[in-house]
Amino acid sequence: MTYTVQVKVMPLKDLLDPQGKAVMGGLSNLGLQGVADVRIGKNISMQIDAATADEAKAIAEEAAKKLLANPVMEQYEISVN
Amino acid sequence: MKFGIVVFPGSNCDRDMQDSLQNDLNQEVVMLWHKDKDLSMFSTEDCIVLPGGFSYGDYLRCGAIARFSPMMESVIAFANKGGKVLGVCNGFQILCESHLLPGALLRNANQKFICKNVYLTGVGGSGLKIPIAHGEGRYFADEKTLDALEANGQVIYRYCDENGNITAEANPNGAIRNIAGISNKEGNVFGMMPHPERATSAILGNTDGRAILNSLLINAAVTI
Repeated sequence: MTYTVQVKVMPLKDLLDPQGKAVMGGLSNLGLQGVADVRIGKNISMQIDAATADEAKAIAEEAAKKLLANPVMEQYEISVN
Repeated sequence: MKFGIVVFPGSNCDRDMQDSLQNDLNQEVVMLWHKDKDLSMFSTEDCIVLPGGFSYGDYLRCGAIARFSPMMESVIAFANKGGKVLGVCNGFQILCESHLLPGALLRNANQKFICKNVYLTGVGGSGLKIPIAHGEGRYFADEKTLDALEANGQVIYRYCDENGNITAEANPNGAIRNIAGISNKEGNVFGMMPHPERATSAILGNTDGRAILNSLLINAAVTI
């Protein structure tokens, strides 16, 4: 069956995220209160044909490890629907 | 020696590199297409150059998709055999994504695409004036990797001021430890964000890039 698999990729916590910082500046210009931090990542959605959800997740895991995320600067989370 | 310059979809410094090597530095140059994979005309004394630009539109991450092109498979094998490889700007990003060099290039700390002359100290001299043009040039690696790079003499260029002093003010993009360029441990793979090929023609008013290309590659007596 076909599974929808989402890979959420985020910059590592300790690294400066200039994009998030710029958006936070924009939010503050909007007059929004209380936004303490903004970080921007990517959500990658894939349709994966596999026998089981675990198999689909394993394929996504390999995709994330080899191409979708760079462990030097990013971390990722996988969710299967 | 001769040079091979790989052209990816989105490369835009390939012709500058060709002009610089051929016309300013008098080298033999072969242009290579990313979809080809034949490097049999090159010996390990030769050098493959990955030029600057925006390969594959910088999609996903700079250099991430180029890494899986047919030609890069051959370039990785060539590098592992001891052949010389130079990556400039996007080429440096591709080398990091290919794991031929450690670390990664992050978005500039000041949120800007920076296009200007900077000064470098390293192989070929100190206070060399070389242009940069990048949005993602902030070199980063973990502390352990950085210590190993320094201990092995793999940091080949740092951002400095006009007089060669390595200062925070002279660091254009927030690169960790002012790093502008590195080599691999074996000393045959080189990556740098600044563009030496844009500074080899007297008619353009700056020839400091000659010292870099000469001492790193053309007249390199020994590897680093």
